[in-house]
Amino acid sequence: MARDHRSGPRRRGREGSASRPTGDRVLVLPGEEIPGSGLKPGPGTYRVNGKVYASVLGLLSVRPPLASVIPLSGRYLPKPGDVVLGTVTDVQGTFWLLDIAAPRWAPLHMTGTPWNIEVGETEKYLRPGDAVVVQVENLDPTGRIGVTMMGEGLGKLEGGTIVTIAPARVPRVVGRGGSMIQTILRHTGAQISVGQNGRIWVNGNPEAIARVSEVLRMIDAEGQRHGLTERVESFLVASGPSTDQGPNEPGPEGAPRDAPPPLPELADPPREYDPEEPPEND
Amino acid sequence: MGSVGAKDIPQLLSPEGLRIDGRHLNELRTLSIRAGPLHQADGSAFVEWGANKVMAAVYGPREVHPRHLQQATRAVIQCKYNMAAFSVDERKRPGLDRRSQEISKVIGEAFESVVFVEEFPRTSIDIYIEVLQANAGTRCAGLVAASVALADAGIPMVDLLPAVAVGKIEGQIALDLKKEEDNYGEADLPMALVPQSGRLVLLQMEGHMTPDELARSLDLGVQGCREIYEKMKAALRDRYSTGPTPGGAA
Amino acid sequence: MSDEVTAEILTTHILDLAAEGKRLDGRGPDDYRPISLEPGFVVTADGSALAHIGDTAVVAGIKLEPGKPFPDTPNAGVLTTNAELVPLSSPTFEPGPPQPGAIEVSRVVDRAIRAAETIDLTRLVVTPGEKTWVCYVDMHVLDHAGNLIDTAALAAVTALAHATVPARRFQVGESDYPLDVQHVPIECTFVRLGDTIVVDPTFHEERAAQGRLTVATDELGRVVAMQKGLVGAFSPDDVKEIVNRALRHGDRMRALARGGPA
Repeated sequence: MARDHRSGPRRRGREGSASRPTGDRVLVLPGEEIPGSGLKPGPGTYRVNGKVYASVLGLLSVRPPLASVIPLSGRYLPKPGDVVLGTVTDVQGTFWLLDIAAPRWAPLHMTGTPWNIEVGETEKYLRPGDAVVVQVENLDPTGRIGVTMMGEGLGKLEGGTIVTIAPARVPRVVGRGGSMIQTILRHTGAQISVGQNGRIWVNGNPEAIARVSEVLRMIDAEGQRHGLTERVESFLVASGPSTDQGPNEPGPEGAPRDAPPPLPELADPPREYDPEEPPEND
Repeated sequence: MGSVGAKDIPQLLSPEGLRIDGRHLNELRTLSIRAGPLHQADGSAFVEWGANKVMAAVYGPREVHPRHLQQATRAVIQCKYNMAAFSVDERKRPGLDRRSQEISKVIGEAFESVVFVEEFPRTSIDIYIEVLQANAGTRCAGLVAASVALADAGIPMVDLLPAVAVGKIEGQIALDLKKEEDNYGEADLPMALVPQSGRLVLLQMEGHMTPDELARSLDLGVQGCREIYEKMKAALRDRYSTGPTPGGAA
Repeated sequence: MSDEVTAEILTTHILDLAAEGKRLDGRGPDDYRPISLEPGFVVTADGSALAHIGDTAVVAGIKLEPGKPFPDTPNAGVLTTNAELVPLSSPTFEPGPPQPGAIEVSRVVDRAIRAAETIDLTRLVVTPGEKTWVCYVDMHVLDHAGNLIDTAALAAVTALAHATVPARRFQVGESDYPLDVQHVPIECTFVRLGDTIVVDPTFHEERAAQGRLTVATDELGRVVAMQKGLVGAFSPDDVKEIVNRALRHGDRMRALARGGPA
């Protein structure tokens, strides 16, 4: 189909290597031109006639010459290396289909698990409704999402509950250098496994689960606003004492098999968005 | 266009050139847009335009239903425009009708022209437009609502799609027809614009116009679209600049 | 957002909370989510209302048009009720002909309106056997976050309570007049979560539920309709307790339906 209003070869951006952004964090909308010359189109942008435009609604991040837009909304888009929480929706002879809140289901092959499974026995290990932690391995050009359950911290989840937030808010839950998640763990002693897809497993005593759930709801609702860290801290302090349990202590009875580690990866927030840095415009 | 006895046709233009609701020929009806009012959809928007009330929702990209419609290298766009039974003066029976099917098709094609569908192979981007109250220009209102909903859903696009209908009433080219003007006027021309390129991706026309009238109509329509574009952007900025509550209050 | 398949650990957590008399959103077993009503939301309808219960939203529109009575009931007007569960409102709805869920909502709401004699159908008749008003009650779901029945019914009844018969437009009379609403039924839906019975279930609570019971009551304190749904059971004592709770909730919601915005 001719799309000649986007004349010339359209260069769509792809993720580059992670480095700290100098971004202005300005909100941009699809079709808005990104000012600057010699810009290369990063994720969330497109180039026409030498000019780069935003293609999604999000925050502008310019690390010359790369211009990108970090989406503020929309479904979770998988990236290799992401740890995500999935729900089994279907079982076949050699694989299961997982709903990972992405544009497509993700097939988990029986060879991608630590179990020794015979063909046709898949249902004995995972059934529809089971929740699992898996890692995205690859994305093929047809959009198929390859996941594996082999690896530390991956496996079937038992007990606890799952809280769902917007994927764009996940970096806020982790915080810079893991600061926010550490605060939550320190105050509640809960076990938490953060999925990049916005699904978060929380386990612990009922009070811990309730407090963590409330904090996650606050972050989901107010993630863009200033002072969130302070509000979360005040809430945690007001709603109960810090526990002496360090985050590595096991939770109460019913610790899950193949339990994910209490602390998520402490690498830089994956979306090149620094939530702690005060915005320049306010 | 309605065909009625001469005594039934209301006077659409006053001697001063004002329309029945007091507007000038190049004036839009009041338009208010809210982004993200719905909680289940990936993206949504509610448009109140004149006496139109239209809700749009976007789900996706997601798995394609039915599966056989899946395409190996791109997302499919499935657009469905529907009118509520109580949205029009004479109750509309629920269910598919040919007019809604045609409108669904032209709106879907407009979005096909701007959405980067190759980024999501084997998925579907589903667009639903529900007209709750109709007063001419519902396909344009639906398109505007769906466009804002697509942005709200984080779908990558070339641009937002403002849309408006231009018409001819008592020989004069007029922007954004309301119901009586649409029923008793001489022409109706809905269009949708890609502001980034200045090109049209939806264009329909019915009635009588000279080529010169048509040219002026296109210019007036593009002008109207640019005004509407600013309102669409403002609605999205409203939702996202101050830190949105997902879904918001409807 | 509603998932296609609900994770079992979430369902288990909902049941664990219910055993303590608690719910995911912090409500008690007998608390409704916030309710708001906007009568007159759609001016093309003869009566209308937008109803919210929590995030669930339904618009109802009333259309009155002249028509013929049914041959076997020449002295009765015609009332017809329809709920559209459009795909806009939930990822779990598909386009196409009505699924059983939509049909159930339509019929349950219809049953309550009819059994309560909300409008006196004989008063809709213009000429017996020949001409009557046909009253269409159309409900359009906008956002499905659980408990469609109560939300749709509340929208429908509020729309009826604010409806005008368009006599002038159809040349059936000199002037329009308010539709005479004699009784105001309110539907209240409860689900069983383990041993606890909670009112106004959310989407996930419906998924976790082991039985659902809807009770419609009117302003005279009568029970006018009931519907048990989903898979599960209620004892006669359960039913009596639910009816008492429905009467209390019904009175409160009725005041909103008659009075206007909450």
